[in-house]
Formats: sequence, C-alpha cells, structure tokens
Amino acid sequence: MYGFEWDTATPLTYAWSILPIILIGLTVTLKAAAAGFSIALVLGLVFALLRRSRVKAIAWTTSVVVEFLRDTPLLVQLFFLYYVLPDYGLTLPAFLTGAIALGLQYSAYTSEVYRGGIEAVPRGQWEAATALNLSRTDVYRDIVVPQIVPRILPAMGNYLVAMLKETPVLSVITILEMMGLANMIGERTFDYLVPLTMVGVIFLLLTLVCSAGLHWLQRALPKAGIPLQ
Amino acid sequence: MEWISYLPSLGRGALVTASITLAAIALGGAAAFVAGIARVEGGRIVATLALCYTELFRGTSLLVQLFWFYYALPLVGISFEPVTTGIVVLALHVGAYGSEIVRGALASVAQQQHEAARALNFGRMQTLLHITLPQALVEMMPAFGNLAIETLKLSSLVSLISIADLTFRAQSIRNLTLDSTTVYTLTLLGYFLMSLVLMGLMRLLERLVRRGAAFPRAAHS
Amino acid sequence: MTQTAPAPIIAFDRVTKRFGALTVLDDFNFTVAPGEKVTLIGPSGSGKSTVLRILMTLEPFQEGTLTLAGMSYQQPNGTGPFKAGERHLRQIRSHVGMVFQSFNLFPHMSVMRNVVEAPVRVLGLSRAEAECRAVDLLALVGLADKKDHFPAQLSGGQQQRVAIARALAMRPRVLLFDEPTSALDPQLVGEVLSVIRSLAHEHDLTMLLVTHEMRFAREVSDRVCFFDKGRICEQGAPDQIFTNPQQPRTREFLASVLG
Repeated sequence: MYGFEWDTATPLTYAWSILPIILIGLTVTLKAAAAGFSIALVLGLVFALLRRSRVKAIAWTTSVVVEFLRDTPLLVQLFFLYYVLPDYGLTLPAFLTGAIALGLQYSAYTSEVYRGGIEAVPRGQWEAATALNLSRTDVYRDIVVPQIVPRILPAMGNYLVAMLKETPVLSVITILEMMGLANMIGERTFDYLVPLTMVGVIFLLLTLVCSAGLHWLQRALPKAGIPLQ
Repeated sequence: MEWISYLPSLGRGALVTASITLAAIALGGAAAFVAGIARVEGGRIVATLALCYTELFRGTSLLVQLFWFYYALPLVGISFEPVTTGIVVLALHVGAYGSEIVRGALASVAQQQHEAARALNFGRMQTLLHITLPQALVEMMPAFGNLAIETLKLSSLVSLISIADLTFRAQSIRNLTLDSTTVYTLTLLGYFLMSLVLMGLMRLLERLVRRGAAFPRAAHS
Repeated sequence: MTQTAPAPIIAFDRVTKRFGALTVLDDFNFTVAPGEKVTLIGPSGSGKSTVLRILMTLEPFQEGTLTLAGMSYQQPNGTGPFKAGERHLRQIRSHVGMVFQSFNLFPHMSVMRNVVEAPVRVLGLSRAEAECRAVDLLALVGLADKKDHFPAQLSGGQQQRVAIARALAMRPRVLLFDEPTSALDPQLVGEVLSVIRSLAHEHDLTMLLVTHEMRFAREVSDRVCFFDKGRICEQGAPDQIFTNPQQPRTREFLASVLG
C-alpha cells in the first residue's frame, strides 16, 4: 500500500514498517479536523447570531435546527450527506462531505459557546455602545468580538480535541484517515492488534498534548486579565 | 407510501439502540462513580489507576476502542458477543467522561461540609455516602443529562461492528431500496425522538435527586 | 480557679502549629478544667480559631502534645498530615463538638435529619430514640416547629440554633464555638446568644468560645484569654480582664473593640 512493504515478523518490526502509512493517515485526520472545525466555527457563529435575531420565526427555527443537529448522531448525518446529496445532483468529494458533516455536528456545540460568550458581555457594554450611537455592526466588531474571542478559546479548544477524536467515523465513507488505514492493514495481514493499538496511542498522545496546551491556556488567560466562561 | 414499509425494521433497530443505550448508561454510570470516587477518595495507587482508565478512554476515539475490542482482542484469544462488546466499550467510554463529572462535583462540595461531618465524628465512608455524595449528585445531574444524549448518539457506532441497531437497519434498507432520502430522514427523526424522550427521563431523574425544598434554587447549568 | 483543680479536660503542652512559613501557635501551653467556660479574644490572626480547630482535629500541628479527656496525641517528628491513626482521632473527636461561624448545616437534609444523622450513624442509636432526643434539643433551641424544614428555608439565626442542637445531639463533653454570631445579621445575634447563655448554665459542659461579643463574653465566661501572636498574652476572670487589664496589648485591643 502506498508503495510500502511491511514486515510482520515481530510486532515491533511490523509496527515500524507500517508507521509511515499510519502517519500519512494522521495527516488526513488532522486535515479533516482542521477543515471540519473551520466550518463549525463559521456556521456556529451564524447560528448564534440568527438565534439572537429580532424576528421570532428566525430565532426559533434556528434553535430547532441546532437542537436537531446536536441530538442526532454524527454517523447518520454523515450517511445522510453522503447518500442523499448525490440524489439531488450534488456530488461532493468524500473528504468535503466528511468535513461538512463534522462541521454541521459541531456547529451546534460552537453556537452554544458563542452564545455564552455574547451573553457574558455585560449589559452596560451594550448600553454604553448605544449611548455612543454605534451601529449594530460596529458594536459587534469593536466591542463584542475583542472581548469574546479570548474568553471562548478554551471551550473551543475542547471541542476541537473532541472533533479530532471523532474523525475515525469518516472512514465509513471511504476516507482513509488514520484508523481507516489501520483497519485496512489489519484486513490484509489478519493482525489488527498492532495497527489499531498504534492508532490508539497516537490519539492518546495527541489529546494529552492538546489537553496540556488547553490547561496552560486556562491558566494564562485569567493571569492576563481575561475572565473565562 | 414506501416509508411505512420501512417502519417495522427501523422500529426493531430503534429498540436495539434504546436497549444498548440504556444498558451503557447504567453500566457507564456505575463505572463513572467507581472511577470518580476512586480519584477523590482512593489512595495514591487506586487514584492513579482510575486516572489511567479515564485518560485512556477519553484520550482515544470510541471507534478505535470498538474496533480494538472487536477485531484485535480476539486475536489474543479474548472474544465476546458483538452486543456485549458494544455495550461494554460504550459504557467504558462514557464512564470515563462521567468519572470527570463525578470527580468535579465531589470536589465542588464545600470544604466546610467535610469539616462539619468530621466535627460530628462521621467516618470517611459515611461522610462520602451521606454528606458529600448526595450534595454532589445534584451538581452532576445536568452534565449527566448531556452525557446520556451523547451515549445515545455514540451508540450508532455499534452498527459498524455488525450490531443491528437503528443505524444498521437504515443502512440495510438503503442498500436494498436506494431510497436514501426517506430512510435517513426517518432515521434522523427516530434518533431525535429518542433524544427528546431520554432528555425527559433525565429531567425527571434530576427532579427526584433535587427533592424540592432541599435545593430550591435552579441548577446553574 | 483557686480550689485544687481536677485533672484538666483539655491540655495543650508546648504545641506549635505552622502554616508553611507562618507560625500560628508558638510553643503553646493551655489547660481547661472540666465544666469551665472559657472565652478566647484577640485580634484576627492571633491563633484563637486555630486552637479550636486543633481541638476538633480539623488541623494537624507540628510539635507538642494535645491531651483531651485523658487521651493524648502528638505529631512525632514534625510535619505533614495527622500522624495519629484515624481510630484514635475518632475516639478523641467523640468528646468534642463544634459550632461553626458559617453554620455548615447539611443542605440536603431536613432540620430533623441534620440533628439525628450523626447519632444514628456514628453512635448507633435507633432512629426513633435519636428523634426523641432531637425533639427535646430542638425545643431547647426554640425550633421544635421547624423540624421538617430544610436549612435553605431558615434564617441565619435559626440555622445556627439548629447547628447547636446538632452538636449537642452527640453529647460532647467539650463544645467549641468558633465565632458563632459573626456571620449573622445584627438583629439575629441575640437569639443565638441566648441559646449559648442557657448552655453556659450546664454544669458538666466545658465550653470554649471565640467571639467578638465582649459584653456577652464577660457575662458567661469563667475565664477570658487574650490572644496575641500565637500566645496567650493575658488571662483571668472576666471582670479583671475587662476592668483592669495588666498588659498594654490587652488594653489597646479592648480600647479598639469597646470603642
């Protein structure tokens, strides 16, 4: 596979020989999470703003959509996008479909984070901005966003890590991310133990590093005078 | 009206999903309490073991865990029925998340409550069972409600180790009929409905735990 | 206390207590006779609350020996948590009760259960017997009609009176009051003080009280101890301390609090 040979003589040589392939899978995993999270960041913000809409129907519909996205499984949403969209003439590359599914599911979570962030801006700030006769756009751009972004960083980081751990689901729509590749190697060699354990260990290392980073952020931000949610 | 003909099969799948979810919540809840309490009250060795369990199951992906137990473990001679594997792995996974909830809630009980218990000469176990845990339980409930929904959603992954749950049935029907829109819409609605029911159940449970007058203020979510 | 004193019920023998680099009690000696009512006064941070917390075994100490109702414990070679075993500590605790500044009732239990829980679980009383006694104790603190309420439904003064009943339910020989009225609104202080006053007439009960209510201290105490910087700077009968203090630090302190 990918021009690599593997050596199943001992678990160690086996692990060493499949490491390059697993690492290729890792790059796909990271790309999928990056693409998915970008979508979640944008879509979540859109949802959060729509929920604050003055038009009741828009706010209410958005709430229902977000609730629906949050309460149904990623796997089924993924199948839905993968099989239903082509029926209506919209055939996307599998990777894009996967990224959209991740983004949709997590936009439900990120919209909550945004909402909490916006609501944490004290009322007085809105009133002061109104008193200064700033437009709604100006208020968001100059007052709200600079206050919110640092505050929501840790919560967003947590969801990024969570999404990273959900990317293996994308293997069901033929995306060869880390676990899909490990599974494929297992099918060929009839030895799943080594490749799957390697994937587990890599995920564990990734999450431990990310958690340490987030932990640091959660200590550093309050020290810099930024309260957290 | 093809969609009506899908319902019996999807219904049977939904029943499997519901059973697996409830079993995993019950088992996972138990694991959460054992590991969470061990982290707070256990000695150094017990607490470290519990921490390892939590980090291991939170730090790796559920699908990797499922495949590992389903494909890899049998190679070293340990194998279970797929349903057993599905329930146990799902329970261990959500139990690890739950243990963080239990640990956090126990740690949030005011130090003065521990001191009051000590002044009345309660032992450690008595303090835990009768003083701190009942108070922590109220704190845990909103987070456990979210975790229950998460369990339901994650249970769809057991379809990938050949368990005939709702997702698995949907896949089978689609492969047979190619009627993707109907099948997946019904499936999504099915999960949504089950989520709403589960949410209602968890709210009921929360109200039972809260017991009216003792905790009059609303939970800070 | 001029008569031939009986064996003290409380004895601190050269006890030193440090929080990190800060020495809170320094080579501290202090004895209390059975049935004595002692008030500890002094500026905040002078170590008076720490004395109570060490007696309740809520705080370990580093050096010296503590004797309580004939049982001693100490911290061999210094630092760290309690060196004494949990069983020994529980035996010592069984003679002592404590009333806290912030009441610390159990919020998830009714008033009645707050009072009966420890007698049932720790002393092994039957629930019926414990409730029978609890009714008497709640009547003593004037809250017989509140037994089915939860702490959150009571005023601070009522909560503190329940806390006193809860402590008494364990039949302690020594009862410690750690600033029992400091967290109360001024109009609720009186009801708590009157309960403590009625307990001061109990002949067998040894009481240690940390308070800022100087008039009350003068009224109920057999002895007043003025604390300063981890030592007892001056002690004596209340009339003597309040009308004719010997030490300049005592005079300064009393002038500042009595105005």
